[in-house]
Amino acid sequence: MDNAVLKERILGLVPDAEYQENKQFLTFIIPPAKMHELAFKLKSESDLAFDYLFCLTGVDMVKFLEVVYHLESTTHQHQLELKVRTDDRVNGAVDTVCDIWRTAEFHEREIFDLLGIRFTNHPDLRRLFLEEDWIGHPLRKDYVDEVNIVEL
Amino acid sequence: MNFSIYDFTSFTQWIDKFLYDNLPAFWAVVVEMTIIGIVVLLFYALVGLFLVYAERKVCAFMQNRVGPNRVGPYGFFQTIADLFKLLMKELVYIKNADKLLFNIAPFIVIIASFMAIAAIPFAKGLHAIDFDIGILYVIAVSSMGVVGILLAGWSSNNKYSLIGAMRSGAQIVSYELSVGLSLVTIIILAGTMQFSAIVEGQANGWFIFKGHIPAFIAFIVFLIASTAETNRGPFDLAEAESELTAGFHTEYSGIKFAFFFLAEYMNMFIVASIAATVFLGGWMPFHVGGWAGFNHIMDFIPPFIWYIGKTFFVIWVMMWFKWTFPRLRIDQLLTLEWKYLLPINLVNILIMAFIVLMGWHF
Amino acid sequence: MKEIINLPVKNVEEEEYHINMGPQHPSTHGVLRLVVSLQGEIVKNLKPHCGYIHRGIEKMCEKDTYPQIIHLTDRMDYLSAHINNHAVCLLVEKALEVEVPERVKYIRTIVDELNRIASHQLWWCSFGMDMGGLTCFFYGLRDREKILDIFEESFGSRLLHSYYTPGGLMMDIHPDFQKNVKAFIKYFRKKIKDYDDLLTGNVIMQLRTKGVGILSKEDAISYGVTGPSGRASGFSCDVRKHHPYGVYDKADFKEILGTTGDTFERYMMRMHEMHESMKIIEQLIDNIPAGDYTAKMKAVLKLPAGEYFQRVEAARGELGVYVVSDGNKSPYRMKFRSPNFSNLSVLDHISRGCKIADLVAIGGSLDYVIPDIDR
Repeated sequence: MDNAVLKERILGLVPDAEYQENKQFLTFIIPPAKMHELAFKLKSESDLAFDYLFCLTGVDMVKFLEVVYHLESTTHQHQLELKVRTDDRVNGAVDTVCDIWRTAEFHEREIFDLLGIRFTNHPDLRRLFLEEDWIGHPLRKDYVDEVNIVEL
Repeated sequence: MNFSIYDFTSFTQWIDKFLYDNLPAFWAVVVEMTIIGIVVLLFYALVGLFLVYAERKVCAFMQNRVGPNRVGPYGFFQTIADLFKLLMKELVYIKNADKLLFNIAPFIVIIASFMAIAAIPFAKGLHAIDFDIGILYVIAVSSMGVVGILLAGWSSNNKYSLIGAMRSGAQIVSYELSVGLSLVTIIILAGTMQFSAIVEGQANGWFIFKGHIPAFIAFIVFLIASTAETNRGPFDLAEAESELTAGFHTEYSGIKFAFFFLAEYMNMFIVASIAATVFLGGWMPFHVGGWAGFNHIMDFIPPFIWYIGKTFFVIWVMMWFKWTFPRLRIDQLLTLEWKYLLPINLVNILIMAFIVLMGWHF
Repeated sequence: MKEIINLPVKNVEEEEYHINMGPQHPSTHGVLRLVVSLQGEIVKNLKPHCGYIHRGIEKMCEKDTYPQIIHLTDRMDYLSAHINNHAVCLLVEKALEVEVPERVKYIRTIVDELNRIASHQLWWCSFGMDMGGLTCFFYGLRDREKILDIFEESFGSRLLHSYYTPGGLMMDIHPDFQKNVKAFIKYFRKKIKDYDDLLTGNVIMQLRTKGVGILSKEDAISYGVTGPSGRASGFSCDVRKHHPYGVYDKADFKEILGTTGDTFERYMMRMHEMHESMKIIEQLIDNIPAGDYTAKMKAVLKLPAGEYFQRVEAARGELGVYVVSDGNKSPYRMKFRSPNFSNLSVLDHISRGCKIADLVAIGGSLDYVIPDIDR
């Protein structure tokens, strides 16, 4: 399916998705509440068939926290990029997609560990790389650590 | 007194006569036993040391490396250096381990292999104990070693050791059957269980040739089963380094570890000796039935050399396939024994009995 | 097992107990802690604890310039160091719209494939060692030394080279490079037959790997298992075919897919890949065009604001590099989608119901490099 048709299809599924121009992949910003349902449809509908989540990233844009999903379909060979944003830096939460793409289980744990974004309904949300009693989330822009980070 | 390297009987009888002439009977017996004990101990230690060195060199040869070559000429004293290091090591005491069993376990393993060595004929007349149930005695005594292994695993208070000991126990107990049955095949051919009679009976040809097909099958089965008995080769999952660190002897250090290590090599030696004695003729040179001239030439080489040569040949074969094959899993190992080797053994015994009855052997 | 073992222990067969294949273990190929819950010898479930070699590479990238980041990527999956470098270089070149000379593309492709062969050689030798055939370890390393000698001659170091830079290469290849590579291919073609004789055809090895650790195609896609492990399950994921880079579109090679997805298939995939890599190198080695070894680049590289994504095929799977740039000389956010991370997540799923010895075989066939997981 080429990008124009795909764009119409996504906007049809989630009308208040925000399309971003001039990006490498077809990119939408999805409201957090609609993400899980959209993800389910993206995987289950046969003309979309996005079964391969090849990258799941968390980004700290200082005003908001963002989760970026890169999806691909192994049957139709089309790709898609979705972003979900949350303003809440203390308790920001996004729905998990690990019941749809199993690879998300570890990726979401990593995002929780390093950026502090919670994922609701995740089966085992705990820190992945750092110790259980670590305070703070290192990948955040406002993270300060005099011991471990050397500022030149 | 006339010494002969072809026949040690005159030498041993000379010592015997000397002792009985000069000491009361009781003390003569005690001194004799002490001498034999010391000789066996020395032999055990020296052969053990040599085997460790040989293994490292053989393994290096197969792996395209050189092996130990720094300590002494061609690295000959490497094992002595290792032994010295092990003696100097701290004996780590495990807090919650059962102290008595923990300390006894390596000794049990060593004692079992000691007792087995005593019954094997090294040359004509060089035979410590000549039972008329020789083979039965050796099998019975070498199966005591499994008790040591199980005690070691259990008393270490460590899950890995326990798993290793359990695996090892299952393995050894199963493969004893195959060892015993393959030896029974030869007992049928030889007609006796006494080691010296078995060796004498091979004066006109080794049993592996005399008994052709069933003896050859028995030899192969014996090799496989005895490698499994000694926890070597493709059957070494009790000490699978890549899985359970060191299995049942993880918690042992210093001289106790050296005991386990030594016992493994000596068990390999014992098993190879039995194979060489029962199948390949022991100290009997290679004779062919009626070729008197050929036999006479073969007789020039002293029996002791024949014995050592055959034993080390079998040991070399065992080392060869240890370093070539990957390891079997526990259930595959037990399947091999119970579903393949055991039925083959039983059928083989029937074939051999039939052949002996019909006189179809050489 | 229950019927045979009769130890005087209370019900050790019936209870579940936990075993720690701790951070230091001969078989976990790096510092990975697996807490395995066992019942007798059967694995009930498995929890990996990573993070022992977490160095914060992604955070460091936010302070480093792009040429400096190349050195960090070397140290992620150190066995396919060149391929990691390649990903970052391609990303920067695409963002700055720089056209690298053909010579550079050829050399990069050839060196990538040599790196892939070296990585698979190391995998083979440690896989054999885990199975118990210790001789395999020495044979694999002996042959890998030949590749490392070629690398040392041209690039100066054996393992971590940082040879690619954005725009081209650090320096030109050694004049003997082509001759040595051709000699190596000839030598290795003979030796790889030995590998098959020693391990592939061995009955014990086949018994231990066939039917063990089966990963279905749907699971491979869902868990994101790529590389030879994914292809063994039938998941066609070769980035060199789907999104070609370098000069892969000029070389003729096959993407071989498996059917059953068991350990033996994963093993065979890597053996096939070594053959295919040799084929690629043979087709390209004589045709390296003359020219510059680097394009003209500015001293300070600043990527225009925006997002960029680059995918390459590392030895273990698909490596993705995602950069969010705000116009400075360091990225605002740099994320590495590492293949081993996704491959590890499937270990729990496929090892349920198998024995500890199988766990070692499965882990070896999935071929982890832990620093890539932890970054």
